[in-house]
Amino acid sequence: MQPKKEQIKVGREKLQRIIETCRSIEERSLDPFLIDINDVVNTIKEYFPQWEIPEDLCLDAETLHRLASVIKLQSEWVKHRSSSLYTDPFLLEEKLTRMEKEEIIESFLMAWHPVVGLEQISLHSLLEALRYWESLLPIKERWKQFLPAEVGTGIATREELVMEKILRDKAFSEELENFWLELKKKTEEKGADGKILYWDFIGAETYEETVQRAFMTSFLITYGYATLEIYPLEEETFVKPLEKPTTKLGKKQLVSIPIAVTANEWKKWKNGVL
Amino acid sequence: MSKRKAVYASKMKRAVHLLFYHRHKKPGVKGWELRKALGSDYPKVLKILDDYLKTLDLQVKTVFEQEKNIEKPSLEELDRARFYVALRGELTPKEEKMIGWRIDDLAGLAITIAYIISKKGKAQRKEVEELLKDKLPGWKVGLNIDRYIRYGYLAQDENEQLFLDWRTRAEVDQKALIEAILSK
Repeated sequence: MQPKKEQIKVGREKLQRIIETCRSIEERSLDPFLIDINDVVNTIKEYFPQWEIPEDLCLDAETLHRLASVIKLQSEWVKHRSSSLYTDPFLLEEKLTRMEKEEIIESFLMAWHPVVGLEQISLHSLLEALRYWESLLPIKERWKQFLPAEVGTGIATREELVMEKILRDKAFSEELENFWLELKKKTEEKGADGKILYWDFIGAETYEETVQRAFMTSFLITYGYATLEIYPLEEETFVKPLEKPTTKLGKKQLVSIPIAVTANEWKKWKNGVL
Repeated sequence: MSKRKAVYASKMKRAVHLLFYHRHKKPGVKGWELRKALGSDYPKVLKILDDYLKTLDLQVKTVFEQEKNIEKPSLEELDRARFYVALRGELTPKEEKMIGWRIDDLAGLAITIAYIISKKGKAQRKEVEELLKDKLPGWKVGLNIDRYIRYGYLAQDENEQLFLDWRTRAEVDQKALIEAILSK
């Protein structure tokens, strides 16, 4: 008897293989009867009791979905075979390779009724075109040259550059450090176990401010000032400030996690739904 | 000529202009375009025109959105269908040269269409290429398939599968083609 872990691994591999076979049948128009449906159903049944985590249940559902598509193809295949248009492809291929070009043409001409179409210029359309030409302005007049307005140079003050948002009033690193301190403070006040709910930290009075805070939080995480804890089943995301900034979190590989900060989500948070 | 007859004669002329002359990239006219130009009785106008064209060995052909023909189409189905004028009878092998096709290219098209029909309406491009390479030079096979696609006889999807496109549905009597090939 295999240990449970081993059985789950084998089961996953088998389901993956079934999905791949079904996919190739669908995409490459292979014979849908290549698959033994009963056998596949038995495999799915056999491993179903082993599935515990959502990923495995999704794999099971995906296998069933793919299998259903193959069964649909089988039904179409049977319908086609029973229709008057059905011809054994091998027989036809054999016939086509043996036939002379002339014979093929003769057969095709018996079934081909080409579409009739005309392309002809008329006196009316010529006169219309001439009238249009007469009323058309010369290209020089239509495409007048637009000279770019002359712009004088001058000196901009630091305040003006900040107003134009070319410079920030604080250095970015300084701003990030302040934001980190704010995260620590808020976590102490509103958080628990040294972490705070993501939305409780980034949420602000206005949506624009919320987006700005989410943007800054992403830098806190990327630069190792904080980390994210995600609980998919509870659908909860926490931000956890770190005591000291670290560039790499142990030997774990860093991954990107997209978090949607939409206006709707913000409204939900404001109304206390999120 | 009665007033009613005169109205239909005028509508028939308008229908001829719409059907014969290319207005778009694809030949033919959509049902809703005909309704706009001829009025809601355009199916009747087309019927009269079809009877008239019989004597000239031409026909008004209807190609519905779905692949299959519809026995009694609704007005909505007709509006979405495309109408063409096509040859009613058959061309003779001599005449086929007049419409600008080389015998090799036409034979390639015939083989491709027949093969796709036998494969339930879709086939891998590679399989078709292998079949054509038996009698056509390799360099020409790919070019020819691209040409059939360009002309609207075939379509190709992202998995390099070939399908029959609008033009085959408009011009080729698929059943007659298979029967003719198998009877040779």
